Amino acid sequence: MEYFIQQLINGLTLGSIYGLIAIGYTMVYGIIGMINFAHGDIFTVGAYVALAVILLLGITGATGATMLILALLLVLVISMIFTAVWGWTVERVAYRPLRGSFRLAPLITAIGMSIVLQNFIQVTQGARVKPIQPIISGGIPLFDSRADGGIIVQLSWMQLLIIVSTFVLMVGFTLLITKTALGRSQRACEQDQKMAALLGVDVDKTISLTFVMGAALAAVAGLMFLLLYGVLDFYIGFLAGIKAFTAAVLGGIGSLPGAMLGGIVLGLIEVFWSAYFSVEYKDVAAFSILAIVLIFMPSGLLGKPEVEKV
Amino acid sequence: MAGETESGTGQEQPVATTQPEGAQIKSEERADAPNLVVDTGPSGLSERLKQAAVATFVTAVLGFFFLPIRTSIAPGGLDITWRWSLYALALIFAFFGKLLVDAYLLSPAGPRVRAMVSGLFILGFAVLYAWHPLGDILFGTGQFEELLGSVLIGVVFGAILLGLVLLISRATGKIGTPATGVAAQKKADRITSFGTWSLRILFVVALLLPWIVMFLFPNRDRQLIDISILILTYVMLGWGLNIVVGLAGLLDLGYVAFYAVGAYAYALLAQYLGFGFWMALPLAGLFAALWGLVLGFPVLRLRGDYLAIVTLAFGEIIRVVLLNWSDFTGGPDGIGRIPKPTLFGIEFNRGEGGFADIFGLDYDTIHRFIFFYYIIFVLALITHFATMRLRRLPVGRAWEALREDEIACRSLGINTTLVKLSAFSIGAMFGGFAGSFFATRQGFISPESFTFIESAIILAIVVLGGLGSQIGVVFASIVMIGGIELLRNIGFMSVVFGENFDPTQFRMLIFGLAMVLIMVWKPRGLISARQPSAVYKERKSIGADVVAQGEGH
Repeated sequence: MEYFIQQLINGLTLGSIYGLIAIGYTMVYGIIGMINFAHGDIFTVGAYVALAVILLLGITGATGATMLILALLLVLVISMIFTAVWGWTVERVAYRPLRGSFRLAPLITAIGMSIVLQNFIQVTQGARVKPIQPIISGGIPLFDSRADGGIIVQLSWMQLLIIVSTFVLMVGFTLLITKTALGRSQRACEQDQKMAALLGVDVDKTISLTFVMGAALAAVAGLMFLLLYGVLDFYIGFLAGIKAFTAAVLGGIGSLPGAMLGGIVLGLIEVFWSAYFSVEYKDVAAFSILAIVLIFMPSGLLGKPEVEKV
Repeated sequence: MAGETESGTGQEQPVATTQPEGAQIKSEERADAPNLVVDTGPSGLSERLKQAAVATFVTAVLGFFFLPIRTSIAPGGLDITWRWSLYALALIFAFFGKLLVDAYLLSPAGPRVRAMVSGLFILGFAVLYAWHPLGDILFGTGQFEELLGSVLIGVVFGAILLGLVLLISRATGKIGTPATGVAAQKKADRITSFGTWSLRILFVVALLLPWIVMFLFPNRDRQLIDISILILTYVMLGWGLNIVVGLAGLLDLGYVAFYAVGAYAYALLAQYLGFGFWMALPLAGLFAALWGLVLGFPVLRLRGDYLAIVTLAFGEIIRVVLLNWSDFTGGPDGIGRIPKPTLFGIEFNRGEGGFADIFGLDYDTIHRFIFFYYIIFVLALITHFATMRLRRLPVGRAWEALREDEIACRSLGINTTLVKLSAFSIGAMFGGFAGSFFATRQGFISPESFTFIESAIILAIVVLGGLGSQIGVVFASIVMIGGIELLRNIGFMSVVFGENFDPTQFRMLIFGLAMVLIMVWKPRGLISARQPSAVYKERKSIGADVVAQGEGH
């Protein structure tokens, strides 16, 4: 039982990270109907920027609590801004010129962009894994059954931070989409770009902003990933990207709460699979879920079924 | 070199500036007809300078945490090294790159503006070159000449690539312009005749290649033949994938899985049952085709981009299984000592009964290289001829019809599932053949060789060559695989870049950039052989305008 609860917490943490990345996929798919294959690598960019800022600010595990919170906030903001510029550039360079071209064209440039980002990071930062010392340690012990030969179940500060900030971001984001003018124009573009343009919505700007927001959230996920696992390499975005995409599909692509839900479900499945079956095949589990969901339930948990128009 | 990436990113911005929907058609027309001025870019010099400054600023932001800062592992954890010179160079490159590319390629300027832009560029470098203190401050003492040298090499290499690209697209006619009637007939003929004569020349060269190489480069013949074998392997893989992506229009991102199935099929048959290469080869193709059916059956109901992701997932699943099923596949250690092929039972060994002994030659390892070369040459040719024949069969026509319009296909009573499955499994079969050849050539295989990157390389070759074009795949393989392999071996590169310079680390970067740029520039690939094999009354090439309207997914 204790083991189960511990795994549940771990799953929620991992799922939050997947969910944050999945939002980027789902928003882009919702608005222009393409899979932004490079999104996983935007996440890597975010993680590398965060790593550089952490090193520049000299943040270590020994930094005092107040300073640490302020410094991490600063890291978060800087990383979000710089990664957002990457997201904007990718859209501008690789996707916008192909808008309206045949459907596989933007997907192929997206794969190209993903390769470019990965290898740009590899060439400029080296192929070796970058480890950092844990910055946030400790946690709240929930149960301690060590006396009876059990294990200690703890919710670490790190996990708490990830889950809480994901929750806050999700709430903020939902408000942004439902209450603001930007969210309105975004939903308008999602439904009908031409009509939205006729009614005075700047479609290009809205799409750009979608990419910017997706990239900013991916940067948050990047920082969380860095703090949680403490290691980075240029390849992390590939797996994380596919899994986040799986999460987006599982939740119903195009739906924001769906992305979050899908992320959490996928995180739980992966963690429980590793805990109870086999660690080696956890990626296979995730990929199989992707295939199964797409084949048998293409509209996902919360998505709307797609109607094919001729 | 990293600076070039940056400027590469910067250069594209003008294309997008305030373009309305469908502007792609315009830019394609512009690329093909220089006389037709469609002004979507900047015109005056001040405007150009302003945009270049913006591009430089974006580059500065993008590169800030990647170019000047390098995190590296130090004794007490991670450490930061500063590289301001690289950053400065990238920015200068972004500025002038944007100006020059704009003025000459994207939104062609008048002679006055061109002269001013070029003058500015030359002046800028001349000042830096002549006035050492400034160069020293910007780049560090004595660094400037070295950096300049590397930039020049990059520019020269880029220019050669660009020239080749232009040459090919010139030779194949104006691609992308809508054409009907006589013009279309001529254009189609021109593409076909270009394909025919270049194929003939290539065929003769390829047939005699080992002898040409031995005659011209007697000291490096093994190495060069080895590279040719590698190129031919990719040509074959490209042709195999071309059936799936180019003809049937199914984007398969997991093609490497079938390559892996073929390689492992031969390796395992040899290890457990003692099969030789020639017996295992058809079986490997069969296994791969079967896997194509097994994987294809559930996924082929999916739409284009979903299909791509699921095939990618399947490719990864196969790799992970190969990696973890250690008892059977050897896991990460792979399988070694895979037997070499024999020539009707004759082995290429030293000593009695070997090839050299029987034919009365002196033993030389090059015999085996030449033998390998001809095996892959024949396999690739088989792939080519099978594809060309299949295209004339009903199933091949159905593939092309499917690529153009799936709904119309279904309305006409074509069984799309069957058609898709046949494309998938035939493509997989050729991947399987190539895989078993790879296994026997390497003598050792492990899951390392079958990562997603490999799929991406093959896809890049198909895309760059032009979806559906056979000759395009050959050119793309030669340039992308051969070009990079040769770079590695050119002596002066290490003189300029230092001893540890390895151009292969830039390989994927160049691949990715080329993929993006070529797709943006010519979405149908360099040689877009989109004319259908079967025609009614007259040939019509499919113009970019039709494509842009969403036809022909």
